[in-house]
Amino acid sequence: MNNALPFEDLEAGRARVAVSFGGQDLHLPEGANLAAALLGAGITTFRHTPASGAPRGPFCMMGACFDCLVEVDGVTRQACMMEVSDGLVLDMPQAGER
Amino acid sequence: MARVDLAIIGAGPAGMAAAQLAAGKGLSVCILDEQPRAGGQIYRDVDRVAPLRGDLLGKEYIEGRALTAGLGAPGITHLAGAVVWAIEEGPRLAYTQDGKGALIDARHVLLATGALERPMPLPGWTLPGVMTAGAGQILLKQSGVMARRAVLVGSGPLLYLIAAQMVRAGTPPLAMVETQTRGDFTGALRHIGGALRGWRYLLKGLGLLNEIRRAGVVRHTGAHGIAITGEGRAEAVEFTAFGRAHRIACDTVFLHHGVVPNTQAARSVGVAHCWNTQQRCFVPELDGWGATSVGCLHIAGDGAGIGGAKVAALAGRLAALDIAARLEAIDATARDTEGASLRRAMLSELAARPFLDAAYPPLPEALAPADKTIICRCEEVTAGDIRGYARLGCIGPNQTKAFGRAGMGPCQGRYCGLSVTQILAKENSQSHDATGYYRIRPPLKPVTLGELAAMDDAPEAAE
Ligand SMILES: Cc1cc2nc3c(=O)[nH]c(=O)nc-3n(C[C@H](O)[C@H](O)[C@H](O)COP(=O)(O)OP(=O)(O)OC[C@H]3O[C@@H](n4cnc5c(N)ncnc54)[C@H](O)[C@@H]3O)c2cc1C
Ligand code: FES
Repeated sequence: MNNALPFEDLEAGRARVAVSFGGQDLHLPEGANLAAALLGAGITTFRHTPASGAPRGPFCMMGACFDCLVEVDGVTRQACMMEVSDGLVLDMPQAGER
Repeated sequence: MARVDLAIIGAGPAGMAAAQLAAGKGLSVCILDEQPRAGGQIYRDVDRVAPLRGDLLGKEYIEGRALTAGLGAPGITHLAGAVVWAIEEGPRLAYTQDGKGALIDARHVLLATGALERPMPLPGWTLPGVMTAGAGQILLKQSGVMARRAVLVGSGPLLYLIAAQMVRAGTPPLAMVETQTRGDFTGALRHIGGALRGWRYLLKGLGLLNEIRRAGVVRHTGAHGIAITGEGRAEAVEFTAFGRAHRIACDTVFLHHGVVPNTQAARSVGVAHCWNTQQRCFVPELDGWGATSVGCLHIAGDGAGIGGAKVAALAGRLAALDIAARLEAIDATARDTEGASLRRAMLSELAARPFLDAAYPPLPEALAPADKTIICRCEEVTAGDIRGYARLGCIGPNQTKAFGRAGMGPCQGRYCGLSVTQILAKENSQSHDATGYYRIRPPLKPVTLGELAAMDDAPEAAE
């Protein structure tokens, strides 16, 4: 367990699957909430804003703020409304893209 | 095309209680929720999570299983992971489930879409690592993910509940930066009669405070001049309390100063709303059963005005009774007899509200933020920008869209709408009602072409 990370996972024993985020290989708990799993893996910045390029991460965790957007197969989706599945390939939405 | 008597949006306490009562009266019910499992905000994922960590979340959380179990009754179809993005004439709902668009027709619709946390625009609130306290609680409830070095900022009963849950999970907050003042408490005492009638809520609050104190969590009260600072992410909370400046280093900041009705769906179909001065938010205009001015549409739960989970469930049942009577499953006498005891229970649950609302008011500096503070998180519009629009003659939130991009991002104003109304009302010396709110148009959530293309004219749903 890495105590330096901002978040600790109480369900750390869950089976893990391979996911990549912006080219980084991660092993995340299968079926977990995607935004929670990324935070648990130490990822705090999910995207940059189209207006100023400022970094953003999950804010509401209930599908209302759209700050947790990630890109999956070219479509931007709310990470807090998705579950972790094997082989998921995620990217940061391109800065400047609305 | 699927067709049911009653379609309910939201499987929180209001929606679940309504579904069970309506099905019990013989109506066919379809309940849709964008979450993968039933429960709503308070009982999120309770069936799966209660055995794992029900002890940390508390007895009230576990009790939600009585409501989720009710969804198994005959006559109820629960569509999980179904995002409703339009309510059309008919009424007809358009939603997306598993990447596919679908439609469902109903004779009547109940909105039970709950609350959102009140926007809390402070310097630095857009930095990664800053979340709502509810988000922190969702991480714990649904995912078992705990912030190791978090500071809780704001006020209200929910802030204490979350702090106590963090204590029980073994990761107490580094500190609580509370914004309510002595004066707020003294002012609230005029509502003490109601508070004593609602003594269960007070006792629960005192119990939580005790747990927080025993864990040695430092509590600052009367905090103001709050800013979150950091390079690229939250690194510290800075504030003043009792004349002293403080800085607390941390990785995570959880903000909370109350919840407000989520009015997006109701506004999208033109339900009239008015400003509630006690709760400082807009609420839909409803009759005593939750009926709106729009035909075939009721609203129940925190989306109708903040009352908490018990009130939400009672209001859901009241709405279901009235809907059952309108659809002629029961007669008006049966509705009134059954409704009377629900209404009495609701009044007693609401007794402590005025005290709590007055003792834990929203933070003034987050209602009228400094010019440089970002208001619209999506498009990065500041409070100063909005004030500038007012000087140029902008009188209401809809007009801000002609001046800039406030409210035009993907969240559709969910986290800036109330701030914009409040800033404009103040700048223009107008009432909140006269200032108004963003006009909300469907889709309520972005829909992709792929989802539309996969739209099936005869979706599988309730029989
Ligand atoms: C983040 C958060 C955490 C909270 N935690 C607590 C707590 O621990 N204890 C407490 O007493 N109170 C809590 N509250 C207060 C809460 O509002 C009430 O206690 C209670 O949950 C209200 O019940 P409800 O049925 O009105 O709405 P909710 O429980 O909020 O349920 C509404 C449901 O509607 C769904 N929904 C909304 N829009 C759509 C759509 N377009 N399509 C499909 N589904 C939709 C949502 O996914 C949600 O499940 C919390 C509030 C928030 C915002
Ligand atoms: S964190 Fe707000 S929408 Fe996902």
